Amino acid sequence: MSVQRILRERFCHQRLPDRPVGLESQYKHLLELLRRTAVHGESNSVLIVGPRGAGKTMLLRCALRELLELQEVKQNVLQVHLSGLLQTDDRIALKEITRQLHLENVVGDKVFGSFAENLVFLLEALKRGDKSSSRPVFFILEEFDLFAHHKNQTLLYNLLDVSQSAQAPVAVVGLTCRLDVLELLEKRVKSRFSHRQIHLLSCMSFCQYLDAFRSELALPDDFPDSKFSQEWNLNVSELCEEKSVQEILQKHFNSCKDFRSLHLLLLLALTRVSVSNPTLRAVDILEASRMSSADSKANILHGLSVLELCLIIAMKHLNDIYEGEPFNFQMVHNEFKKFIQRKSHSIHNFEKPVVIKAFEHLLQLELIRPVDGGVCKVQREYQLMRLMLDHTQVMEALQRYPQCPTDVKQWAISAFG
Amino acid sequence: MSGYYTKLRARRTYRWEGKPTSEDRKLKRRYYGSLSIAVDRRPAEAVVSVGQYILIEGHDDDNPFVAQLLKLGDVRFMQVTHVQWFVRMCEIHQNKRKLLGRSPHPQEVFYYQDRSCDNEVDAETILGSVQVCVYKAPFPDRENKDTLFVKLVWDTKAFRIMDPELFQPPQSPKSPPPYQHAPRVRALPTPDPTVMKRAMIGVHTRSSMSTGKMGTSEAESAHSASKLSAAKVLNMKRRSRISSNPNIRKKLDLCSPSKKLTRGDVLGDILGEDQDTEEDLAKKLGSSPPRRISITIRMTPLQNPSRSSTDEECLSVQALDSPAKPTSTALDNTSRNVLGVQPLDDDVFELEPALVSKGRTPRKREATPRQPSLRAPKAEEHEDSPIQTTATPRSKRKSAQLVSFQIRKQLSRDELQSDGEDADDDCFVPAKIDLESSSDEEEEVKIDSEDELIVKRSRCTAGSKMTRTAANSRASARTPRKTPSKKAAPTTPRTPRHATPSIPTRSLPARKPENVLEEARARLHVSSVPESLPCREQEFQDIYSFVESKIMDGTGGCMYISGVPGTGKTATVHEVIRSLLQAAEQDEIPHFRFIEINGMRMTDPHQAYVQILQKLTDQKATADHAAALLEKRFSMPAPKKETTVLLVDELDLLWTRKQNVMYNLFDWPTRRHARLVVLTIANTMDLPERIMMNRVASRLGLTRMSFQPYNFKQLQQIITSRLNRVKAFEEDALQLISRKVAALSGDARRCLDICRRATEICEHSGQQGGTKLVGMSHVMEALDEMFSSSYITAIRCASLQEQLFLRAVIAEFRRLGLEEATFQQVFVQHQGLCRMEGLQPISVSEGLAVCQRLGACRLLLLEPSRLDLLLRVRLNVSQDDVLYALKAD
Repeated sequence: MSVQRILRERFCHQRLPDRPVGLESQYKHLLELLRRTAVHGESNSVLIVGPRGAGKTMLLRCALRELLELQEVKQNVLQVHLSGLLQTDDRIALKEITRQLHLENVVGDKVFGSFAENLVFLLEALKRGDKSSSRPVFFILEEFDLFAHHKNQTLLYNLLDVSQSAQAPVAVVGLTCRLDVLELLEKRVKSRFSHRQIHLLSCMSFCQYLDAFRSELALPDDFPDSKFSQEWNLNVSELCEEKSVQEILQKHFNSCKDFRSLHLLLLLALTRVSVSNPTLRAVDILEASRMSSADSKANILHGLSVLELCLIIAMKHLNDIYEGEPFNFQMVHNEFKKFIQRKSHSIHNFEKPVVIKAFEHLLQLELIRPVDGGVCKVQREYQLMRLMLDHTQVMEALQRYPQCPTDVKQWAISAFG
Repeated sequence: MSGYYTKLRARRTYRWEGKPTSEDRKLKRRYYGSLSIAVDRRPAEAVVSVGQYILIEGHDDDNPFVAQLLKLGDVRFMQVTHVQWFVRMCEIHQNKRKLLGRSPHPQEVFYYQDRSCDNEVDAETILGSVQVCVYKAPFPDRENKDTLFVKLVWDTKAFRIMDPELFQPPQSPKSPPPYQHAPRVRALPTPDPTVMKRAMIGVHTRSSMSTGKMGTSEAESAHSASKLSAAKVLNMKRRSRISSNPNIRKKLDLCSPSKKLTRGDVLGDILGEDQDTEEDLAKKLGSSPPRRISITIRMTPLQNPSRSSTDEECLSVQALDSPAKPTSTALDNTSRNVLGVQPLDDDVFELEPALVSKGRTPRKREATPRQPSLRAPKAEEHEDSPIQTTATPRSKRKSAQLVSFQIRKQLSRDELQSDGEDADDDCFVPAKIDLESSSDEEEEVKIDSEDELIVKRSRCTAGSKMTRTAANSRASARTPRKTPSKKAAPTTPRTPRHATPSIPTRSLPARKPENVLEEARARLHVSSVPESLPCREQEFQDIYSFVESKIMDGTGGCMYISGVPGTGKTATVHEVIRSLLQAAEQDEIPHFRFIEINGMRMTDPHQAYVQILQKLTDQKATADHAAALLEKRFSMPAPKKETTVLLVDELDLLWTRKQNVMYNLFDWPTRRHARLVVLTIANTMDLPERIMMNRVASRLGLTRMSFQPYNFKQLQQIITSRLNRVKAFEEDALQLISRKVAALSGDARRCLDICRRATEICEHSGQQGGTKLVGMSHVMEALDEMFSSSYITAIRCASLQEQLFLRAVIAEFRRLGLEEATFQQVFVQHQGLCRMEGLQPISVSEGLAVCQRLGACRLLLLEPSRLDLLLRVRLNVSQDDVLYALKAD
């Protein structure tokens, strides 16, 4: 179904919007900066800072796209894309730069030679160029903060130094989500950075969020089946008006403003659209929201046996009694035995080895965790453990647990077992 | 090309040909008539003798230096030669070339007159001989590649017509000595002609050697005549010889049987030759002046500073040269020389001044000791000192050996008849007995294993030769000064070897600035080089005078420059160098080389060696090898050495645990022959005290300078001078910027960046408003953008849950009284806050996601998320900031 295809593409492939939404001034600033490098040969350096999902890469890509539409720029500009997650040290980064620039020491698609040679070669190459004659180079460093952890920050120093001296024109664009990125830079490197920062902090209101929701779901005008698309779009608008949908969106908006989480939510909802069920309903969105916000640990708890659940409850009580101090198996077992003695009719009296087995299963699920990293010479029964679940999580899980014995529930609720 | 190269690589062995012609006892020098150079793998030896033109190994393999040999001497164990330089066109400074007024003949060289030039050369740098002719008329068309032409004199300022008397050919040009054909085929195809310094009157016009030797050399050259290049052949032969056993090695020495001359032959040769010389000289002088006249001639030029007149004077001295006495001494010499001991004759004392005076002054053999004293002009004296010093350091190190050698010489003088080889062998005894140790001892420079091997082998040859041939064959066992790296095979054969580092040129030219603001922005860019550096006049002056004085004196020194980033350290040094280069161009100061390295631009401190070497000589080498080569270069006297100015930027990054890189950098300038000035730049003032070991800090010396951060007036001046009457800023705006920056860091870069940003803002706003002057508001905006912390805005723009979480963090901190809490604790608070705000409480997973997002922005500092509920949370902003940001919301 083509609706699914189009919308899925939109949500998954991170297609660039025609214009960046809500970031016009930043967009203009960046575009102007890059344009000056490309056209006037003026070296620049800039950092784009914003939380994850704020649209840093999108902004940059949009700017580059617009810039490359100019014939003059397209013929001139060289681009080098680096990512701090891929180029984990300067040696790799340098090879990658050389490769992407197609310098003369590139053979085929590979770069040989030692780190030192490559560095000297690249610097020499950049030095040879001058403002007016050589092609401008855009260095785009994603996860800029990771480059600052490289040894001596050699790469950053050199790139920024080139941008501050009369060599080949370069624009160094760094993208990062760390607000304190400048403090990571060494003082020499910092001095060479131009201190231009473009902050992407979305101050979207809920109305804008709702509009975004609408436009994201809307089908384009050139959709083949125009009748269907009209229906679909009408349906989407109706959805926006619906109270329950708005509540869900409000909750999402409260927790996270970026588009990526919205896309995730919509994608989940979209999977429920089918031929028999051709429109998106509020229930779908509600379900999607429930899925996306579900607590992972609570889900695990649902799959536990009653014995394991009992152990968890025993641990919870221990936590309450000893105020978060670690416990060992023996303590849990004692607590469990006390419960069994009181309510022997409802729960089968398990042997100790069985209980140990259940305890280890919890350990494997990482619902409990040894205090000192698991390397301990004491016997397993006496190894100190911590519960990795919150009080509320346990209670919530118990509420939803299918056919949970009432005694167990009561035991969990009662303050002292 | 490759021919020279291989030649360079081949081992050359140097051996004195014949006996010492004279000896200077005081200076422990002996003089020889000629020197034979044997090269590996070549069958014949090239022989150079006094008066002949030689090629001297230089930095450029294809254009070796040209010079005339004046003296061949043996100072203690070091072979020195005194030469008169000739210069090729390519060796003349670029800007001076046009003075010639015509395009130079490819084989043209110029007689070189420059007082500052050292003309004592290590004999081991001699590559071979070459033929030089004087031409008055246009150059001949025939392409005789072996011949260089001299027409003009170059005295570093102008070209002058050559005084024919200056140029005394080693022998009649019609009959060039056969051995002159020797190696230089490739030397000459250089496009640029060479200027040469020319030897003044070769005192020993012994260029044509004794007939016996002549015979040898003729035989040798005949031997190699059929070969393409004699040098190559020599080379080959040498190599084969060495690779095979010592017997074969000996054969080569034997193959010149004529060396075993009878005493009579030798005497006759010498006599005859001296007479020839005299006749030649007399002829040249025209009216063969009697001795006294010549003295008067000599006196006059003393007042005359002009070089050519001094030359004349020398000529006259030459002519005077005692025919009788030298011959008699020569007789003595030879008779004793056969036994292998350097005889001491009366001449020695007279020769001393000649020795002391620079090699440009010809070697004289005046009969009376007074003449030399008369001749030594004061002007020359100060030049002499460096030369003397050049000779000393080596000998000092070997003083122990020397002393024993002398004693033994004295003792054995009587026994020499029976034990002829003794004296000479003494000094080489270690070579024979224990080759390794001797080579280690005698090579004062540290050499890498490659070199060492060569040394050992050549020692071997020298030693064996010593036993069989006449005593004075003190062949140099030393390796050529520069041993080019032998590893030829590139590690990655597929990589293009001569890739030129360059960024492709743009297809369309860059646009020029269009309006005032763009113009201002271009000027304000940090990269634009200002015409002058305002506010750093004092520092400029200090550095300038420091470097200038070192260049003038030909000494070395270190300077340490410190200052916070952006205070113009590097810019000032570059400015100094620029003006010094200008001065050098105008001949106000001697020429020098400038090399720059930057600690940040290398991957490893040891790469500093590689970079320095590459910039000095264009050689590529590994770090260790480069260190060895540089060590050698800076500790050995070399011909025509210029002062090197080395700028080491970001010195602190050259720190290594053993600090050997820094140690070397500061140690080289203290060497006598280094002529190295090191300027170091770093940020911290107390770097020497903080990170350097005592021995390193001590070598750095006390020449320190620190650049203070700019104050606001200076910053203002910098901007104004950069803008240079481009009216783009309001006065107040400028002041605001400079005050703001001065208060924060005093970093000029920052200041310029702010200005640039302000022009941009102005341009954008100006499109509507129409004002074209950067005003206060624009500057304020730029300042805000650059200096304001983004945390508060970030908090304000955060989502509701994130804000709540921050609030929960603060609440938990207050409750605990600590600045740290676990996620679980904070989350409990968060749940409570959610209920208070009437929001649906979020799950733990969501809460953790919120927490992680805040951590990614570094509003919170988090432990790795593996710890889950127990991960500890801290604030990265002050609590007040958070509260302020949340309250205003």
